[in-house]
Amino acid sequence: MPRWLRLLWSNGTGRFGLIVMATVALVALVSLLWTPFDPLDADVRNRWAAPSWPHLLGTDGTGRDILSLIMAGTRTTVFVSAGAGIVATVVGIALAALGALTARWMRETVAVLVDILIAFPVLIIAMMISSVWGGSLWVVIWAVGIGFGVNIARVTRPELRRVQQSDFVLAGRASGLTASQNLVRHLLPNVAQVFIVQLSWSMAVAVLAEAGLSYLGFGASVTEPSWGILLADLQRYIGIHPLSVLWPGLAITVTVLALNLLGDALREATDPTLQHRMAEIRTPEVVA
Amino acid sequence: MIRYALTRGVLLVAGLLVSSVLIFLTLRVFPGDVAQIIAGTQASPAAVEALRESLGLNRPLMAQYGDWIGGVLTGDLGTSQLSGVSVGAELAQKAQVTVPLGIMSLVIALLIAVPFGIGSALLRGRAGGTAISVTAQALAAVPVIWAGMMLIVVFAVWLGWLPAQGFPRQGWDQPWQAVRALLLPALTIGIVEGAMLLRFVRSATLQARGQDFVRTAAAKGLTRNRALILHGIPAVGLSIVTVLGLQIAGIIVGSVVIEQLFTLPGIGRMLVADVGTRDLIKVQSELLVLTGLVLIVGFIVDLVHHFVDPRQREAA
Repeated sequence: MPRWLRLLWSNGTGRFGLIVMATVALVALVSLLWTPFDPLDADVRNRWAAPSWPHLLGTDGTGRDILSLIMAGTRTTVFVSAGAGIVATVVGIALAALGALTARWMRETVAVLVDILIAFPVLIIAMMISSVWGGSLWVVIWAVGIGFGVNIARVTRPELRRVQQSDFVLAGRASGLTASQNLVRHLLPNVAQVFIVQLSWSMAVAVLAEAGLSYLGFGASVTEPSWGILLADLQRYIGIHPLSVLWPGLAITVTVLALNLLGDALREATDPTLQHRMAEIRTPEVVA
Repeated sequence: MIRYALTRGVLLVAGLLVSSVLIFLTLRVFPGDVAQIIAGTQASPAAVEALRESLGLNRPLMAQYGDWIGGVLTGDLGTSQLSGVSVGAELAQKAQVTVPLGIMSLVIALLIAVPFGIGSALLRGRAGGTAISVTAQALAAVPVIWAGMMLIVVFAVWLGWLPAQGFPRQGWDQPWQAVRALLLPALTIGIVEGAMLLRFVRSATLQARGQDFVRTAAAKGLTRNRALILHGIPAVGLSIVTVLGLQIAGIIVGSVVIEQLFTLPGIGRMLVADVGTRDLIKVQSELLVLTGLVLIVGFIVDLVHHFVDPRQREAA
């Protein structure tokens, strides 16, 4: 087991995060092959069944099995948070590198631009994209990816500047590495700690954003399995069947909590001096 | 101080400029043809051309941008191409719901975050403190829509104390009904944002606990907690101001989702509807207003923080 994984596992919150994330990934995989019922299969004789065997979490207004719908929705969640994570990584590293390693005028322009872009809430970016392209899961991926990529850039840039001035980077340059080789071999591995923590938090935001944006009609389409769509569906009957909205909401909350805790634990594992410092790096989630 | 305000002001203007260009370009360049989007796929080429003409979309981008920004600067946000209503007038009318909602949410968030945040720091290591932290951590992970649904279930469906949806037709002519209609939505945003703010308050209080001036006060004979409350809390107040900007941005965004859930006739719900119907010229102005609001709030918060914190003033 690598050292960082052992450190995470030894920490209660880290262990919780790891277990939940593994479960979510597993459920997403299993749902590709098997769910208790077909999530789209409307069993009209069993509408609004209470949680019981065989419908463990009950059924909705058209008799669809809620557990199966939640399991299928897990796929969407994993897809969106992984996609948003990748976009955020690329945007974040690109902006941080441009803001830390280039000529002075370029560095400062990028820094000011990042300071401005950081004020753009994810939801606003999402509405800009979806008023042009219409709603889809890609809107969520791009919006969260860009929004959090900027965040990652802001946090990673000073680290990158600091590491760049260290002797081993100079030694790398002296021994003939090109700028990009130096970036991949020496710079990125040394800022990975800061970066991974941010990534974990941005994936938590992606889960929230997928639910919120799909609820608003900017994310998943009504036929796609999604926790946000499920919430919107069930909400229409909240006066008659209030408890059915409990399950998709719990699924979202537990997943987001796990990603948040994983981020916290990663931060503690990688940088113990941060433990009691103000959580200044943390940006509150501003969507959903 | 003045130098700081000036540099910060320049950044604000740059921010507004960059966001207006970004919003304009995203809505113009990427789709290829705004007129086609507005007219729909069924429209004849002649109809699309006529629409393009009437909206001025056949003019160069720079001129279109100039027109729009010139209008915005003189207080004209344009008119909706679907309803023909002035965007500014409609925003002003919808703000009567959204602004009170935002203020109520902020007050609730502070009422939750400050006492419980300080309390959980004072009780650190004891059961009460842990309980508060764990609850806050969990609440910060709750999606706002779901929090709203659960509050509807408890206070509207089960207890029947508050309305689940809607806003009185007469608006603020019925102040009591209006406040009642906004109470659950504001509580929803307040609880979720408050839970996030609570964690800042807690860590700020813990940080203040380790400061020399608190230790000195304790050495003079105050109890540790008394020293913290008398001398540490002002420092905590300052840290709250720094994150308040983010919280207010969170509330603005949260209100978009929450107005949808509670069917409140506010700015957020209007924006969602306009994005849905692709009323692009209206969306463009509305997005600029919201982004501008976030930027201006951030600017004010920075200035206030700079002004009230003597350490920052000396550093400048």
